[in-house]
Amino acid sequence: MTTPTNTSAQGAGGPADNPLRDPLDRRLPRIAGPSGLVIFGVTGDLSRKKLMPAVYDLANRGLLPPGFALVGFARRDWADEDFAQVVHDSVKEHARTPFREEVWQQLAEGMRFVPGEFDDDKAFETLKSTIEGLDKARGTGGNFAFYLSVPPRFFPDVVQQLKKHGLSQGNGDSWRRAVIEKPFGHDLASAQQLNRIVHDVFPPEQVFRIDHYLGKETVQNILALRFANTMYEPIWNRSYVDHVQITMAEDIGIGGRAGYYDGIGAARDVIQNHLLQLLALTTMEEPGSFHPKALTAEKLKVLGAVVLPEDLGKHTVRAQYTHAWQGGEEVLGYLEEEGIDSKSKTDTYAAIKLEINNRRWAGVPFYLRTGKRLGRRVTEIAVVFKRAPYLPFESGATEELGQNALVIRVQPDEGVTVRFGSKVPGTSTEVRDVTMDFAYGESFTESSPEAYERLILDVLLGDANLFPRHQEVELSWNILDPIEEYWDKHGRPAQYAAGTWGPAEADEMLARDGRSWRRP
Amino acid sequence: MKIDLTDTTSAKINTGLIQARRAIGTPAVGMVLTLVIVTDEGSAYDALKAATEASKEHPSRILVVIKRPGRSPRDRALARLDAEVLVGSEAGTGETVVLRLHGELANHAESVVLPLLLPDAPVVVWWPEDGPDNPSADPLGRLGQRRITDAAASEDPVAALGLRADTYAPGDTDLAWTRITGWRSMLAAALDQKHTAISKAVVEGEAYNPSTELLALWLADRLGVPVERKVSAGPGITGARLTVEDGDICLDRPDGSLAELAMPGQPDRHVALKRRETSELIAEELRRLDPDDIYRSTVQFGIKHLVGQPGEESVTPSPAASRATPSSKKAAPAAASKGGGKNGASGKAADASGSAADKAKSAD
Repeated sequence: MTTPTNTSAQGAGGPADNPLRDPLDRRLPRIAGPSGLVIFGVTGDLSRKKLMPAVYDLANRGLLPPGFALVGFARRDWADEDFAQVVHDSVKEHARTPFREEVWQQLAEGMRFVPGEFDDDKAFETLKSTIEGLDKARGTGGNFAFYLSVPPRFFPDVVQQLKKHGLSQGNGDSWRRAVIEKPFGHDLASAQQLNRIVHDVFPPEQVFRIDHYLGKETVQNILALRFANTMYEPIWNRSYVDHVQITMAEDIGIGGRAGYYDGIGAARDVIQNHLLQLLALTTMEEPGSFHPKALTAEKLKVLGAVVLPEDLGKHTVRAQYTHAWQGGEEVLGYLEEEGIDSKSKTDTYAAIKLEINNRRWAGVPFYLRTGKRLGRRVTEIAVVFKRAPYLPFESGATEELGQNALVIRVQPDEGVTVRFGSKVPGTSTEVRDVTMDFAYGESFTESSPEAYERLILDVLLGDANLFPRHQEVELSWNILDPIEEYWDKHGRPAQYAAGTWGPAEADEMLARDGRSWRRP
Repeated sequence: MKIDLTDTTSAKINTGLIQARRAIGTPAVGMVLTLVIVTDEGSAYDALKAATEASKEHPSRILVVIKRPGRSPRDRALARLDAEVLVGSEAGTGETVVLRLHGELANHAESVVLPLLLPDAPVVVWWPEDGPDNPSADPLGRLGQRRITDAAASEDPVAALGLRADTYAPGDTDLAWTRITGWRSMLAAALDQKHTAISKAVVEGEAYNPSTELLALWLADRLGVPVERKVSAGPGITGARLTVEDGDICLDRPDGSLAELAMPGQPDRHVALKRRETSELIAEELRRLDPDDIYRSTVQFGIKHLVGQPGEESVTPSPAASRATPSSKKAAPAAASKGGGKNGASGKAADASGSAADKAKSAD
């Protein structure tokens, strides 16, 4: 798989004067240098289902340095062995590569556990001595990444503690990095505050914000599709593109996340980060190189050019799912879910229209939608093209011909679909839509690395290409804040039956522009 | 879905492929390359299994060419093509055609294969056992961008490396080389941290294990220092040692799976370095289809040193000797400093006497 970002790995893979390395030697993978990973909130779901298996898979693929250390920090009374057992179980259950005893052995030797609260000075002293011990026993060289897999309200505590105990800065040329997960605030002000807190302790280039969507092969492939080919770029503009639909649909409800979700809602949870990142990658100009700086500069330019519709009431929709049958199961409505206030105005569905004011995109609407309890789980970017300006066919022959479209299927069933018109075989001329598919194939994606693997490796290598910078986060809040404010002041969310493709209001929103949603 | 075709032609096989695809309802398959496996009846099963496994990462059309020239003159005069077309669950993620070429046809395999290649997609030719002396001049090899041989599976592995060097053409590669990627990346990663000058190196491995030779040659080529090749009991490569100013960087793997890395001033650490399955090797080979210049440079560096160096101790152990004293003796190639002459041919000749029984089976 072409990963255009590889070119930026220069320097991260190792010093250029290493006689055993040669740019022509492309078999040699990028192996992280001596380092360790400290996970705060190691007992959480994310850590068990994604992080720990990803660390094992990386080791299994031979991409972790010998002597790699994994330190867990949580409020549990565990010894190192108990922790190793927890990791063992989660690896056995969730890892993508086969379990191999020798890989496990190698990894388990470097596992440590530090019990404690985030405000407990003693625990952080223990953490410090653990890290120093690992440098001696495992040769980690003082290079540690701190993964904050904890709710954002604990961020200030944790980073301040790291600073206080001298953990946020390495000696000599060793590095210390912070990895944080969404949500990056809930509006511009809180995002800026969060950034201040983290940047106060870690320099901005050492802070890695995980948006796991950017670690997905299909998302990285957007850049390959656009900039490695000649046949798409000439039509990738307002002259040919009618509109773009970016969809991220989930079929699940809020599950046990009521406490987190209520008050946040679909737009803040998904549009602000994932969908705006997909928008930026789809619409940005070609960067001069795949250096993180160049990439970020282009993304910032296009996000800065995003404008909201004047009448937010007509061009945005939010909604909540209601009690219904979904795919053969009876499911609760949002307001009936456990832990949700029956008067809650939180959106579980959000659809917005955006425009981009630049020469390439002026006048092309971008429709972004996301929701829970929709028809099925799917994420896709559909670029819908204009109709041919003239059709030299008899009237009626092209009645069933829709608009050409190029659909990037991000997940599941990763691939690209092209829709175009084709003659229906027969004696009369009749043109109808057909699709042409490129599929990565089920097995292909099985053996390709998971998003978290790629992202953790990039953190250890210091490759910031796939991580949104803080300016991007702040710009996205700039886009979303006016919409949230408008929703706050005007009316209540619309309703849609669980298992459908959203409320009637969303269909009306597109109908006003003379368009309709694709059924993904 | 499986279609058996006896006494057939390439055109009929193509029709069979289209029929089979239509029948299972997936007329469009995103296959990325054609893999031609040239083998005999005996190795076909294992090779096809490995290729099918690799096709999960690289959906491909696999053409297995089995040559059956026949023994009696009458058999040899006959010519017949039999084919099995496998599409769907039997064939991994692509399509497989097993071709049996009887009699005279065995000498014209390219005529059968050419019409069956996927349009536009790259072609890879793989000889799991004895490859031709000159892969790029072979009628089937000429069809491929990439030609994969396996020195470890030849009668005389070390001599095979010399042959590969002599006949190298861009696109050639050898599984003995693929097998050492793990070793190479681990050693390169070790040197990422340690910048001191290296004065010499030692590589230890089983006798008749071409991967050990290649690792030694790669180090000699890249570092420009004398590299000694020692014989051990195996399995495969058992260790590599780079001598730096303040000690040795050692990577030892006594058991074929878990290695230990020792560096001066640092604690010893374990690192998983498994001997990989053929399917994984093939998957790695198919990942990049451009010429491998590092392989060329390594294997061609070797040809100068496969022959004994004047003034160098270049005792080539007979298989018996190497078994008796597994790790003490210097073995061919005594890959010495860069720029050595090309005098004498004793090493090569002596090596050629290596018994076939000692042939490395799965080696790295």
